Amino acid sequence: MTSEATAARTVTLEVFRYHPERDEEPSFQSYEVPYREEWVVLDALNWLKDEVDGTLSYRWSCRMGVCGSCGMMVNGLPRLTCNAFLREFLPGPIRVEPLRGFPVERDMVTVLDDFMGKLTEVKPWIIREQEQPVEEGEYRQTPSQLADFKQFSMCINCMLCYAACPVYEHEEEFIGPAALALAQRYNLDSRDQGNEQRQRLIWSDEGIWDCTFVGECSAVCPKNVDPAGAIQQAKVEATNSFFLSFLPFTPPGMGR
Amino acid sequence: MRPSNEPFFWAIFSAGGMIVAFLLPVLVIITGFLVPAEVVEFRQLDNLFGNWLVRLVVFGVAFFSFFHAAHRIRHTLKDVGLRRIATPLAVVCYLAALAGTVWAAIVVL
Repeated sequence: MTSEATAARTVTLEVFRYHPERDEEPSFQSYEVPYREEWVVLDALNWLKDEVDGTLSYRWSCRMGVCGSCGMMVNGLPRLTCNAFLREFLPGPIRVEPLRGFPVERDMVTVLDDFMGKLTEVKPWIIREQEQPVEEGEYRQTPSQLADFKQFSMCINCMLCYAACPVYEHEEEFIGPAALALAQRYNLDSRDQGNEQRQRLIWSDEGIWDCTFVGECSAVCPKNVDPAGAIQQAKVEATNSFFLSFLPFTPPGMGR
Repeated sequence: MRPSNEPFFWAIFSAGGMIVAFLLPVLVIITGFLVPAEVVEFRQLDNLFGNWLVRLVVFGVAFFSFFHAAHRIRHTLKDVGLRRIATPLAVVCYLAALAGTVWAAIVVL
């Protein structure tokens, strides 16, 4: 922390403002907010909304990195504003913008329809050809079977990976990192039998093959999920299957 | 949704990545440093090249490296904004790799 910032006890926030029904185009508004060492960007926004400007719009809920709703661009990088401390950005100014790559509804509130649609399309739930009767008990899993997919299940759908992805920014058909990682999460689950149902979409040009392995999705993930790794795994599987499909028989152990 | 032809190129790309990472530095050190520094005699290398298997491996390194590079350059150019001409871009990149491969075949084999 620099001594000037401590002395001033305020920090400048440059906040993206846009009300489509009123403004021709977006603009930035500067605010001085109190600086406190334990404050995160979300605290500063909440202070602004309570004390200065009640029209400021943004999403938030849990303020502890679990709900995934307070993602915004902070100084150009996608961050959960609830774990982006003001002290990281001293002496400021701190520029706060809506997540990149999404249409803006108002201020930092973005339209999520595209992501929600894609999330549903990859069928991120356990698919069974036939449910086993309840009397037969639960579907059991060994620790190593769990370890195969566990990290991918930590996703909180915060969409920071979409905002970080240069492909999604330019190509809105791309299914994108989180949805592909979740598809892989269920494909890797020993209880799941939905691999084939997901394949058509996942293995298409709009699926894993649009990914150019930039890897920013994994770099910005606040839950340390590795979507880029999930996509690479799926590429290997898709490629194996592509070449095996030319064989007149299915090699033992390769049928899924 | 039509199936992608990308697995074919990606397979060559990923094989190329592996080969480039393991063999290219070794080849650069041998041909670029050890031979000029006369640690390895050029004659030894030349003799090695008399073996058809060695020539085939060197040709393989060239082939996979060219296609690896073509694929990477193609996707990087797409990322920096040439998305609209993605198809001609792919054709140009892979044709360049093919030209390099043919050249390698003429020189090496």
